[in-house]
Amino acid sequence: MSPTTTPRTLLSTALGIALLAFMLFPVYWMVNVSLQGGSTAASSTFFPTDITLDGYRTAIQDQTGNLLTSIVVALGAVVVSLAVATPAAYALSRFRLRGMGIFLFALLLAQMIPGIVIANSLYTLFNDLGLLNSYPGLILANATHGIPFAILIMSAFMRSIPPALTEAARVDGASHFRAFWSIIVPVSKNSLITAGLFCFLFAWSDFMFGLTLTTGADIKPVTLGIYDYLQGNVQSWGPVMATAVLSSVPAIVLLVLAQRYIAAGAMGGAVK
Amino acid sequence: MTTTLAAGPRGAAAPPSSPPPTRRRARRRELTAQWLFLVPAIAYVLIFFGYPIVKNLVMGFQDYSVRTFVTGEAPWVGLANYAEVVSSGIFRTTVVNTALFTLGSIAGQFVIGLLFALFFKRRFPLNNVLRSLLLLPWLLPMIAGSAVWRWILDQDGGILNETLQGIGLIDDPIRWLTSPDIALVAVILVNVWVGIPFNMTLLYSGLQNIPDELYEAGALDGATGWKAFWYITWPNLRSVVNVVLVLGVIYTLKVLDIILGLTGGGPANATQTLATDSYRRSFQEFSFGTGAAVSNVLIVVSLVFAVVYLRANRRAEEE
Repeated sequence: MSPTTTPRTLLSTALGIALLAFMLFPVYWMVNVSLQGGSTAASSTFFPTDITLDGYRTAIQDQTGNLLTSIVVALGAVVVSLAVATPAAYALSRFRLRGMGIFLFALLLAQMIPGIVIANSLYTLFNDLGLLNSYPGLILANATHGIPFAILIMSAFMRSIPPALTEAARVDGASHFRAFWSIIVPVSKNSLITAGLFCFLFAWSDFMFGLTLTTGADIKPVTLGIYDYLQGNVQSWGPVMATAVLSSVPAIVLLVLAQRYIAAGAMGGAVK
Repeated sequence: MTTTLAAGPRGAAAPPSSPPPTRRRARRRELTAQWLFLVPAIAYVLIFFGYPIVKNLVMGFQDYSVRTFVTGEAPWVGLANYAEVVSSGIFRTTVVNTALFTLGSIAGQFVIGLLFALFFKRRFPLNNVLRSLLLLPWLLPMIAGSAVWRWILDQDGGILNETLQGIGLIDDPIRWLTSPDIALVAVILVNVWVGIPFNMTLLYSGLQNIPDELYEAGALDGATGWKAFWYITWPNLRSVVNVVLVLGVIYTLKVLDIILGLTGGGPANATQTLATDSYRRSFQEFSFGTGAAVSNVLIVVSLVFAVVYLRANRRAEEE
């Protein structure tokens, strides 16, 4: 049911577009400057009149390895997060076990622990285990961004699945795992996608663990690639903005293609 | 972990009317099967959330430095780290900055987020599309946002100063990120930009949950416009407002990327917060002991707000 179009509603639409344009100006600016290539620290023009891909050429030269690292780490974090979170969400939604309330409470608190606290301790732990500057280390650490969120959002969904669905299978002799794997997981597909998307975005955007748990140039996420540019006096903003655009592609693509999952996750993030 | 796990079987050990052994065994097997679903998550939470908190508390009492990584020794120093942190001149600055950064960010995000939410409560074409595109600043990697803002706020070539000068609002360029008096304001501004979508989304969903009948009944009594907001919207939104505000505080206390990307904590520590100071001590000076002490202060502050959050959230659910 789309709202009726009257001059009044059209005025609201116009105002809404203006608000959006204002809020997204920095994103426009990022794209705009990225297309002005080598423009030195002199000011950028308002529109990219002389479009050049020099900025992207430099960015790809500098950052391809880092982008690949980010992809591997983010996908790894999604796999680890869902593997850990989905069964737990099922248990929380179905079983009544002692101590589950405490676990739920711990999950809520876990979401609130400042990342620097975790980084401080993980650095020393990973140093002992030889996990600094490694993919497994980054993947495991980045799963912290998503696991509590994924458990909470998926168990909220699974609670809405009628128990009769699994009970029938259980009566027929299916194990809990079977009921979980062949009934709950397919039925919960949408909430798994939402959780997975956010785990990906959280890990992809991670800065804290990339900053603290990697020290060399070999394994470095693209967020740290951007940070490296910002460390010194930036001489040329084209490549920096081109890298920023490349690092923003997943968020933009997912927001456009997977809008309803993103909207579901954004709501579920806090009001459970 | 073992104690938690043991709670399951033990809980089943003494059922009211002791059933025959086979049934008891079946019951135990059932409980074990149920717990297995939770084992990976419990293990993960213990290692990646539980251990760091304990380790951090312990490190706060140790001389944990570069030498520790070589010799493996971290001598116990009691409260020396805390004494050093509190007596250092920077501590006062970081506490004040953290408070200002948090208050300023929350105030800006909340007020603008609420205005946006109220605006999008109207029904008009493209409402949904525009509202979800507004999430973008929140979904982008924060460091990418910091990068573009760093260029927008640049003193000499930045578009903000150029625009302000162009329309004659200012004569000389403002040193947004390099003046100790202004840098914190600039950092807050950027954090507000990042936080608006989150505030708007939660407040919007709160507004959607207020039944239309309330407004219809209110309108009959003459409550429209401002009055409707004050007597109907605000009281009904209060519980969501509490949740949004407390979550905002908790998330703002954590912020690191925006500050490191924009100012690196400078100029002259003008934007150094507890979080960035903990990072600086641990990872730039390799004084993990004092870094842990600072982040323990951060844990305590966060936990206080976390408890407030959980209570606010419970109230929100009860209503």
